Amino acid sequence: MAGIQQVVAVSWLNILNLPQRIATSLVAVIGVAAVVLVFAAILSMAKGFERTMVAAGSDDTAIILRSGSTAELNSGLSNDSALIIENSPGIVKEGNRPITSAELYVVVDVRKKSTDADANVPFRGVQPSAMVVRPNVRLVDGRLFEQGKNEIIVGRAAQLEFDGLEVGSTIRFGQTNWAIVGTFEADGSVSESELWTDVRVLQGAYRRGTSYQSVRVKLDNTGSIVTLKETLDADPRVDVDVMSEKDYYSSQAEPLSRFIRLIGYPLTILMAIGAVFGALNSMYSSVSVRGKEIATLRALGFGPISVLVSTIIESTVLALAGGLLGGAAAYLLFNGFRVSTLNGASFSQVVFDFAVTPELLVQGLAAAAIIGLIGGFFPAIRAARLPVAQALREV
Amino acid sequence: MKYFGLVWKNVWRKKARTLLTILSVFVAFLLFALLNAIGHAFKAGVDVAQAERLVVIDKISLINPLPISYRNKIASTPGVAAVTHQSWFGGYYQDPRNQFAQFPTEPYGYFEMYPEHVISKEQLDTWAKTRTGAVVGRELAEQFGWKIGDRIPIQATIWTKADGGRTWEFDLVGIFSTDDPRGTTAFMLMNYDYFEEARAFGKGTVGWYVLRINKGADPVAIANAVDNEFANSPNETETSTEAAFATSFAKQFGNIALIVQLILGAVFFTLLLVAGNTMAQSIRERISEIGVLKTLGFTDHTVLGIVLAESVLIMLIGGVLGLSIGWVLVQGLGQQMGAFLPGIFLGPSALLIGLGCMIGAGVLAGAFPAIKGMRLTIVDALARR
Repeated sequence: MAGIQQVVAVSWLNILNLPQRIATSLVAVIGVAAVVLVFAAILSMAKGFERTMVAAGSDDTAIILRSGSTAELNSGLSNDSALIIENSPGIVKEGNRPITSAELYVVVDVRKKSTDADANVPFRGVQPSAMVVRPNVRLVDGRLFEQGKNEIIVGRAAQLEFDGLEVGSTIRFGQTNWAIVGTFEADGSVSESELWTDVRVLQGAYRRGTSYQSVRVKLDNTGSIVTLKETLDADPRVDVDVMSEKDYYSSQAEPLSRFIRLIGYPLTILMAIGAVFGALNSMYSSVSVRGKEIATLRALGFGPISVLVSTIIESTVLALAGGLLGGAAAYLLFNGFRVSTLNGASFSQVVFDFAVTPELLVQGLAAAAIIGLIGGFFPAIRAARLPVAQALREV
Repeated sequence: MKYFGLVWKNVWRKKARTLLTILSVFVAFLLFALLNAIGHAFKAGVDVAQAERLVVIDKISLINPLPISYRNKIASTPGVAAVTHQSWFGGYYQDPRNQFAQFPTEPYGYFEMYPEHVISKEQLDTWAKTRTGAVVGRELAEQFGWKIGDRIPIQATIWTKADGGRTWEFDLVGIFSTDDPRGTTAFMLMNYDYFEEARAFGKGTVGWYVLRINKGADPVAIANAVDNEFANSPNETETSTEAAFATSFAKQFGNIALIVQLILGAVFFTLLLVAGNTMAQSIRERISEIGVLKTLGFTDHTVLGIVLAESVLIMLIGGVLGLSIGWVLVQGLGQQMGAFLPGIFLGPSALLIGLGCMIGAGVLAGAFPAIKGMRLTIVDALARR
């Protein structure tokens, strides 16, 4: 019991006189803050991107592509194939019409506001039930495009990120003028990065005949995907891949988020090592500055253990302060920050917000604590072993 | 130089502290090396672009194909010296994760257009004669361990064959390299004729054209002439210099590349700040010694020089070590990720900038205590005031 009291007393003393060692302590704090800032900032990019992609996919919607094509852009389905797919078992029906949307997915050059350069913006042709298949998509401004007309509705994120997509304006792609008639939202998912129009109009404008690239179907329950897959695999007239929309979007997200992580984690470790050196440095100098003080405490009867523990606590407190600082900075600077980048998997732009999640902040603080423990450990041993008589004699 | 011994002794007077400082400088410059290399990859070949090459793409989007009939019209545009075309194949090797670039193109046309890509005459002749032949860059061949004579199955994600198959088998007949170390060779080239004949759809089209203009010709005038030729046709074109095309493509990655660079740049300077502060502190602790030096007859400027040399030396030891290890890592990283992120490269200019940063940071960190030391009178210094 007395031991714990000693530890508490010495630690408290250390923390109270921290301001006297402000310069060296700050070095440790800033070093750790930088680690946590970078960790949270880079990983929040991966998190935000994944959130946007995953939010687009649902378990009870299946997406059907030509087999072997890894993305909608690469796929191609004839009108006949689309009809066979629509009339397969396992699909929800409204009256006797199955709820499906056969779609065309092309890419158009639109100027990105932030870079003032053309970017590959996805342009999707959809069938009337597209919004029934995707319940999270809803019109928030203007009206829906009319069937057969060169009219577009744009996702909210695309509208904010790219030039000339305001409701009421007209945009020209090649020989065709398109009127922008509405804005839709989709819970921040990747659909919001897209432009939508009537699929038949898009087929005409892009000379795609009656072909499609994907068919989305609403399943009557999540298990029906197996039935649907078996039926289509067995049908010699079609050659397609069936997957849940959720799986499809996570496969689209994988390469880029893997890449961000591949950079983020090693970088954090590297920087953490740098921060450990910073912490070690400032704790060694803290111990050497307090040499006389530590020796006095020992002479008064405080044990080496309490000196050891108190030094480790001091360094951990400094590191956690740095961690909080870095985490707060990351949250204020990056949370909700909107960017748009080229997703290699779909060769088109995805607009997403950075997400500094609580999980990331906790991980960052844990890293800070580890840095503090390591940075304090060796100086603490030196403090505990300080020869009392000699230290007291020093000027 | 004659004071090097003194500087060296000063550097190591507190071994642990100096070692830790050097290690944080080391980490900072390791980071600097990696950053530069990855940043280079995001530039998507801007610095290997040649001014006399123009790229012709569909005006609506790069993904829209152009008719093969455009080839002769472009070739006959005044000022155009040569023209060839490429298409995007978009396949993978064995696993969808092994995605790399493949371009069906014209064998002779390609290597005439890109003299920086070097292939032996025999291999090029063999490729032109082998219908199912393909050549790959050295980087790619090393990554997958391919040798000439291998038969390489590529899974198509776009181009189904007319017989319904999706596996295209190519015979590896040549390996090319590049004489520009900044450029990537992590891609595969196939015979357009075979591709055109065997694909199920899209016949009569190519992905984009690349043309070379006569020496001294005006690229803007020629680009306009090409675009005017196809104006008001179903496939309008957009012609730009290779550099402008690469820059515009690099911008597709948008602010992401910029943000990563900014964050890491901030970190780099934080690490330097931390190291610099420690160095400054160690000099402050020795003010009275400076007094002793001056008593012995060292001039103000010598004292200044000795102190600055010490902090620059620490920066150089850590920094050169960091850049060297970084350089080794970048070579490995290029091997590992060459296909996924081509163009990871650490150039001499980045190394020079790094060296400049070391010296600059060293001077900056040493300057304040050094100037203070220089101005100090002997009495004050000895009294530690």
